[in-house]
Amino acid sequence: METLFACCIGFLTACGVFLMLRGRTFPVVLGLTMLSYAVNLFIFSSGRLTLRGAAVLGTAEQYADPLPQALVLTAIVIGFAMTAFLVILAIRARADLGNDHVDGKLPDAANMKKESR
Amino acid sequence: MTLLWILLLPLLGALVPVITAKWNRSACALATAIPPAFALMLLLYHAETILAGESLRFFWQWVPLLGLDVVIRLDGLAFLFSLLILGIGLLIILYARYYLSERDSMPRFYAYLMLFMTAMLGIVLSGNLLQLWLFWELTSISSFLLISFWWHKAEARRGARMALTVTGAGGLALLAAFLLIGEVVGSYDLEVVLASTDIIQQHSWYPLLLVLFLLGCFTKSAQFPFHFWLPNAMAAPTPVSAYLHSATMVKAGIFLLARFYPALSGTELWFILVSLTGLATLLIGAYLALFKHDLKGLLAYSTISHLGLITLLFGMGSDLAAVAGVFHIINHATFKASLFMAAGIIDHESGSRDMRKLNGLWQFMPITATLAMVAAAAMAGVPLLNGFLSKEMFFAETLHQHLLGSLSWVIPVLATVAAVFSVAYSMRFIHDVFFNGQPKGLTKTPHEPPRYMRVPVEVLVALCILVGIFPGYIVGDLLHAASAAVLAGEVPQYSLSIWHGINLPLMMSVLALAGGTLIYVNRKHLFDFQNSLPDFDALNSFESSIKKFAASCNRLYDWLDNGSLQRYMTFLLFAFVVLAGMPLLSLDTLWGGRQELAVDAVNAAGAVMLLLAAFATVIWHRKRVVALLMISVVGLMVSIAFTRFSAPDLALTQLSVEVVTIILLMLALFFLPHKTPKQSEASRVVRDISIASMVGVIVGSLSYALMTRPFSTISDFFITNAKTGGGGTNVVNVILVDFRGFDTLGEITVLGIASLGIFKLLTRIPLFKPSSDGDGRPWAIERHSLLLSTVSQSLLPLAIMVSVYIFFRGHNLPGGGFIAGLVTAVAIILQYIAQGVDWVKARMNVEYQRVVAVGLLIALGTGVASWLFNRPFLTSWFDYFDIPLLGKIELASAIAFDLGVYVTVVGSTLLILASLGKMTTSHRPVHKDTI
Repeated sequence: METLFACCIGFLTACGVFLMLRGRTFPVVLGLTMLSYAVNLFIFSSGRLTLRGAAVLGTAEQYADPLPQALVLTAIVIGFAMTAFLVILAIRARADLGNDHVDGKLPDAANMKKESR
Repeated sequence: MTLLWILLLPLLGALVPVITAKWNRSACALATAIPPAFALMLLLYHAETILAGESLRFFWQWVPLLGLDVVIRLDGLAFLFSLLILGIGLLIILYARYYLSERDSMPRFYAYLMLFMTAMLGIVLSGNLLQLWLFWELTSISSFLLISFWWHKAEARRGARMALTVTGAGGLALLAAFLLIGEVVGSYDLEVVLASTDIIQQHSWYPLLLVLFLLGCFTKSAQFPFHFWLPNAMAAPTPVSAYLHSATMVKAGIFLLARFYPALSGTELWFILVSLTGLATLLIGAYLALFKHDLKGLLAYSTISHLGLITLLFGMGSDLAAVAGVFHIINHATFKASLFMAAGIIDHESGSRDMRKLNGLWQFMPITATLAMVAAAAMAGVPLLNGFLSKEMFFAETLHQHLLGSLSWVIPVLATVAAVFSVAYSMRFIHDVFFNGQPKGLTKTPHEPPRYMRVPVEVLVALCILVGIFPGYIVGDLLHAASAAVLAGEVPQYSLSIWHGINLPLMMSVLALAGGTLIYVNRKHLFDFQNSLPDFDALNSFESSIKKFAASCNRLYDWLDNGSLQRYMTFLLFAFVVLAGMPLLSLDTLWGGRQELAVDAVNAAGAVMLLLAAFATVIWHRKRVVALLMISVVGLMVSIAFTRFSAPDLALTQLSVEVVTIILLMLALFFLPHKTPKQSEASRVVRDISIASMVGVIVGSLSYALMTRPFSTISDFFITNAKTGGGGTNVVNVILVDFRGFDTLGEITVLGIASLGIFKLLTRIPLFKPSSDGDGRPWAIERHSLLLSTVSQSLLPLAIMVSVYIFFRGHNLPGGGFIAGLVTAVAIILQYIAQGVDWVKARMNVEYQRVVAVGLLIALGTGVASWLFNRPFLTSWFDYFDIPLLGKIELASAIAFDLGVYVTVVGSTLLILASLGKMTTSHRPVHKDTI
């Protein structure tokens, strides 16, 4: 199971990184969201995987590690705040600058061929 | 304590000229002279002790862990230098009073001068290496200010910059050397370092630290090949040249050689580096001095040459040579400072320093001429003057060294050659300026200077003569005490008498005098030869190389920082790959020995779904709505994974955050293009895929290695104490609101700040409102569907009830403030979507910023309340109550804290989404005053 879990984390990371390297704001936001999933799963997995062991006293014999769970819980909420902030920043940037490129300006025609967006 | 005052008085003295700036010039100069005069008296008060061979020490602990203490240490060497600094400093103050014109800001000059004096005294009196270095840098900075005193002249600015660059760079090397010495010895205390000769010299770092140390000394003391800054520093006012560039600052490097002589000298490397540098400097300086037409230029090169001579003496490694070096420090300071001042007088009273114009000044200023001639004769090494004595000692030492093995005879020969040139340029100084016909093209008629301007010169020249005739009587004790400090032990027998009989050193002196005269007489041929050589301008080539260096730095910077986020990300991720990947390479196997769980069909199916959805998001990322749908599937799968692996709280949170995020991104797409144009060319895509897969592989491997390792956790503490200490059975929630409540408080604060930031960003946004979607289709005519509005309306009370339930059970079962807050927010958002902003606003007119603030205050208040019961911040309390109808109920202060979390989450989420949603309506947030 751990192998599969690690593969998922690795793949999510790779997808997130690839999207983050795109030139437009929206894919970058998607990439960051994807990367947050991967990071949350990674931190969560540092408590090791446990089946049927929710850390509610009296419900199981072997409890899952509650500490990474508490950390990830706040990370999810803060991750939402960060994504929201980034999205709004992207909207504001587009409104102020007239395009949605991450550098705030479109690569000019001469550089178009060399420097992709 | 008196030792500290020797240092503090000149520092306070820097303020005196500023305070007395309004007084007349003489009064200002007099006031400025008082603090250093007192310092000199304090110094002389200790003279008896020091000359008896003892040393004094003042210690004040400062930062003991860094080895940084204030240590002032007065021994023979420090005493000698302090005497020079304060004594000549006082003469300079008097001299500058007459030298500076009405237009120059005299208070500014004096303030800089006193600052420099403090820094210089700091160097010689420091008993701690780091403290010494601090003052060392201060001399560079204050001398920069002094050289650039006439900052309106480009020449002064450039010269000052050059001096600062060279000596500053040397200072950095010196710092490195000191740090290395501190590492090797284990202390920065000077006395400990000086007593650790063997430890330092046998350490493998010795060559490195010696080279760094010498770089510091040689740059400061203008040794070849760093000598070029000194002639260019002559753009400074002449009092500065006389003080800094003959008597004090350039001697700081020499001082350091002498100071560390016991600890660092005595090795082969020291001999070679120090003596050969000194020899080269001695020769080059003496030769070039002859060809300078500028009076100060001649003196500058002559200074370089004499500094080389002293360096050579310290490099020879015999005790007698070191004594001769100390003696020449005294002598050079007296005759060179007086010569500079004489040159200043000539410049001041005749308007030129060019020896081609200045001729025959004898008839105009006979007294100054006499003084200058005596000093120049001392410089040339004429008998009965002080320069002769130390030069004799120098010659004698060159005959007794064995530096170059069988070729050692070359050194006395070269020393004689240098002395020949020294005589020649001294003769040129005397003959060209004071005799040799009539002045040519001077703008004013030369005359004698004001009476008191000549006093400093007279004092110093008198010293030259007195030392020259009665050496043992005048400087015997001082020289002995200083030499004892340099040698840190027995001072060898030496004789200071004028006449040693007819011997080889005397013959060398005679030869030098004769040869010098011969060269001076035939100088025309030598000048022609020198003129035929290509001209080398040190200043310009220095500046152009600095410019080239700066330009290449700029190119590197532009390459790194070209304004492209994608490029920065690439660098960052590449660094991650290297830094995180390297340790993995040295790992034999990823598997850490922990038994894996079995894969069941549900998990496998979930994983496949997750992978497919993630892949689909990437593939279709240009079709933004589709990508959004796909990523929501990923989020769903993640929350299911949390459920499977025993984290119900996480699953609930992830699920509700997922809903909110998707709504947010949907709204955002209203304002952003719906499609991403195809742009990246194939090579870029290949590059990005390879970086992404490398990062993915590393993170995946790390994760696998982590998960398969056996582990011990601190969570047992939480599990044991959750019920007894926190009063709840849901350990995750108890951790959030109780054990780690302070973290949670910080986190909801971040949430609140982010939402306020968003609110601010959306205020007065110059937005364009599309009337159709990306493909040109108009938006739906029916703004709010009847079905949705009816359902959502009836759903609201239900949803609120659910969230209340989730909230209250949170302490014991999965749930809690975070999740309840998100559920409430989603329910309210649904009303916005179904009914529109106007409808909601009419029924629930709340400013969400206030809600955020209230939530934070509740959480904070719960924490502060513990103080009322004399408990630490955020201590929780709980008890059980029997309430009629409801039965036994547990009330915990953690519930109140969780309420704060709940309110903050509701407020922030609504503030974010509602603000963005309102953008599509007439209720967009604007500044009130702009309406």
